[in-house]
Amino acid sequence: MIQLTVNGKAHKADVEADTPLLWALRDTLLLTGTKYGCGAGLCGACTVHVNGQPTRSCITPVADVVGKKITTIEAVDATRVGKAVQEAWRKLDVVQCGYCQSGQIMSAVNLLTTKKKPTDADIDAAMAGNLCRCATYVRIRAAIHEAAKALA
Amino acid sequence: MNNPIQNLSRRGFLQGAAGLTLGLSLPAFAAKAGAAAARSAETAFEPTPFLRIGADNSVTVLSKHLEMGQGTYTGLATIVAEELDAAWVQVKVEGAPADAKRFNNLAFGPMQGTGGSTAMANSWDQLRQTGATARAMLVSAAAKRWNVPAAEISVRDGVLSHAASKRKATFGELAEAAAAEAVPATVSLKDPKDFRLIGKHAPRKDSFAKTNGSARFTQDVHLPGMLVAVVAHAPRFGGKLKSFDARKAKAIKGVVDVVAIPSGVAVLARDTWTAKKGRDALSVEWDDSAAFKLGTAEMQNLYHALAQNPGLVARKDGDAPAVLAAAGTRTLKAGYDFPYLAHAAMEPMNCVIQRTADGIEVWNGEQFQTVDQGALAAMFGLPPEKVVIHMLYAGGSFGRRASTSVDYIREAASIVKATGTAAPVKLVWMREDDTKAGYYRPMFHHTIEATLDAAGNIQAWRHRLVGQSIAKGSPFEAFMIKDGVDGLSVEGAASLPYAIPNLQVELHTPADIPVPVLWWRSVGSTHTAYSTETFLDRLAAEGKQDPVALRLKLLEKHPRHAAVLRLAADKAGWGTPLAKGKPGERRGRGVAVHESFHSFVAQVAEVTVAADGSIKVDRIVAAVDCGMAINPDNVRAQVEGSVGFALSAALHGEITLKDGVVEQGNFGEYAPIRINEMPKVDVHIVASAEKPTGIGEPAVPPVAPAVANAIAAATGKWATRMPFATDALKV
Repeated sequence: MIQLTVNGKAHKADVEADTPLLWALRDTLLLTGTKYGCGAGLCGACTVHVNGQPTRSCITPVADVVGKKITTIEAVDATRVGKAVQEAWRKLDVVQCGYCQSGQIMSAVNLLTTKKKPTDADIDAAMAGNLCRCATYVRIRAAIHEAAKALA
Repeated sequence: MNNPIQNLSRRGFLQGAAGLTLGLSLPAFAAKAGAAAARSAETAFEPTPFLRIGADNSVTVLSKHLEMGQGTYTGLATIVAEELDAAWVQVKVEGAPADAKRFNNLAFGPMQGTGGSTAMANSWDQLRQTGATARAMLVSAAAKRWNVPAAEISVRDGVLSHAASKRKATFGELAEAAAAEAVPATVSLKDPKDFRLIGKHAPRKDSFAKTNGSARFTQDVHLPGMLVAVVAHAPRFGGKLKSFDARKAKAIKGVVDVVAIPSGVAVLARDTWTAKKGRDALSVEWDDSAAFKLGTAEMQNLYHALAQNPGLVARKDGDAPAVLAAAGTRTLKAGYDFPYLAHAAMEPMNCVIQRTADGIEVWNGEQFQTVDQGALAAMFGLPPEKVVIHMLYAGGSFGRRASTSVDYIREAASIVKATGTAAPVKLVWMREDDTKAGYYRPMFHHTIEATLDAAGNIQAWRHRLVGQSIAKGSPFEAFMIKDGVDGLSVEGAASLPYAIPNLQVELHTPADIPVPVLWWRSVGSTHTAYSTETFLDRLAAEGKQDPVALRLKLLEKHPRHAAVLRLAADKAGWGTPLAKGKPGERRGRGVAVHESFHSFVAQVAEVTVAADGSIKVDRIVAAVDCGMAINPDNVRAQVEGSVGFALSAALHGEITLKDGVVEQGNFGEYAPIRINEMPKVDVHIVASAEKPTGIGEPAVPPVAPAVANAIAAATGKWATRMPFATDALKV
């Protein structure tokens, strides 16, 4: 039994210690907003925050995050930055298929938490780990600028 | 206009259903009055299969088409809401069930499915009629209740009003009364100048759920007792299972079952990770005696050899071979190579199937209802209507979920059959399973030869294509293959719009290659637009003509092509100098125009080529004519996304085989572009009164040729293979 703190709540998950956090979230805690895309840390669809740091949950064993604070897309609106990013995404209709967008939003929240007014180059650097096969990148850039403006 | 919607409610009433169910009597979709099942607050008034208005004032539009990112749910709802005069905020969208009688794609005939950029085009009249009919019945109910003439009632944002008596009522308040109204014999549709949603801004209906993790994809389905299956697949196409040892897999805690299925060995567990561990622990021997063992290089040699000989004729104007053979003409020839491409949707293929008391139930990002329903019905010995399909959001598809052979869904079904379980089974493909499974955009080789006269005019053009057929062996073979020519192989080439007096298009379809191929966003135009539009630029250069001017001269009979071309050129500043790059950088501008799926798109690309040959696409200026733009913002979004999708293929995308084994697995080897490679995209929409056509695919084809033409303008070098080889562009 593994003890996990997700979105401010304590959970017990009956999974093996080597289970990636992604599958514990999705299949055990039924928090399915965090997505499987590659299983190898290549696409960013599984991005969550662990102690505030963006983390690829598909390559992070649950044993490594015991006692740490995990935040998923389901609770992203609990912070001011998270809410602003989510609202900018909605205002600009960034999503298309939507499958990668939880990860995109989690990465964008981290960028805006560390950099209040990112340039296009900052955005490209911070978001290059998140693939979007629909290529919504034009709007991801615009929405991050939009959220930065709302937070200023 | 005459209303094709018939009142079929009497039978519904006799059967005891509250409210009203109407059917559409148009020949193509003669509907039965299927008495609606459970009635809730949302279904007080159900004027057609596409619309429910609830006593709770909700307006629910049923989408017969899959939402896979292209904005279909929003577009279809916009059409209904416009004619209904609903408030956009009260409108919801729900996926329709699988039922070809009510929900067939009118462009496909008697089958339900999504593809070919047809959703808006085939739904336009159907859903306008739906909205207008419901509105008329609501008005009629209000007129009776208030005892005023219907003509004096106005409707706006979901509220009916009678100005003189100052009475108002919401749709919800009138829904039940409207259900008892007779269907009007005729309804009038709005004059487009009165549109308040169409052509304006109606935000996406799926943005909310897709930004808080609550949108439900197949991958997210969890049902009581559900098992997850991960499969070991043969490494070669045509490979068969010889034997397997499941002892190690079964020793893993949580592995429930291991079964042989026609496509490999399935490991079942309560969760995905355990099933994957089990799959990875299998030791399997494959029988490759009948498997395909060629590599990409050998296939290319075969294709190149075929291109030396005449193929089946797909188009013949004048006598191109004779003109090409005549001495003294200026002749140009080029060969092009296009690789296999995987769709690589972010959600790898998956499907949930459960046996029920008298049938089966399926949860899927469902793109091909009638084909899938038929295949599953045959597998389980059921009538098709006992195959209930829940259409969920698809995390991308790009054609992949419209599988002509129902491949991954059959695999899920075969696991349910092999285990005999009554539990729901979720088949999950890992990324590598998805990339290696085939169903690729076919590999192609093209050659084009042309002659110019002394003035630089194109006298003859012969285009030969070599590649596998998508339609062959599919349910669409009879429909799509004419005289041995698969229309999907030559579309965009055989339909070349340019005025060339001697034009011949020929096709070779190599047989005996078992690598499964499938439509991939914009299908044949993914390769035909490239060869034709880059070769035309070479001819322009050879004849010392401006690429835009030459195209316009050859497009006199194609005003919609010409209009988008002029618009893109104008907005991009064609003919004005491009800002210089940094020292060592070469910059260029290139153009391409192409029609696909009855939409017309021209693009101007601006690129920078660095000294090391690396390519940066700086900007794409696009002009599109897709008829009336229902949601202009979604048209822009689709063009932006299409640019990125096409650039992934132009810059990186390539599935290769070695000894028959696919060499790519994950996103490291098969790499879609990332945000740092995404250019600026400017989209200009031609104002049009034509009926809407599609925009999910048509902006893909011009991207790669526009970029290649820009690279040539910058470097003088023509890319004849995709993805582009950057070595040749080094200084």
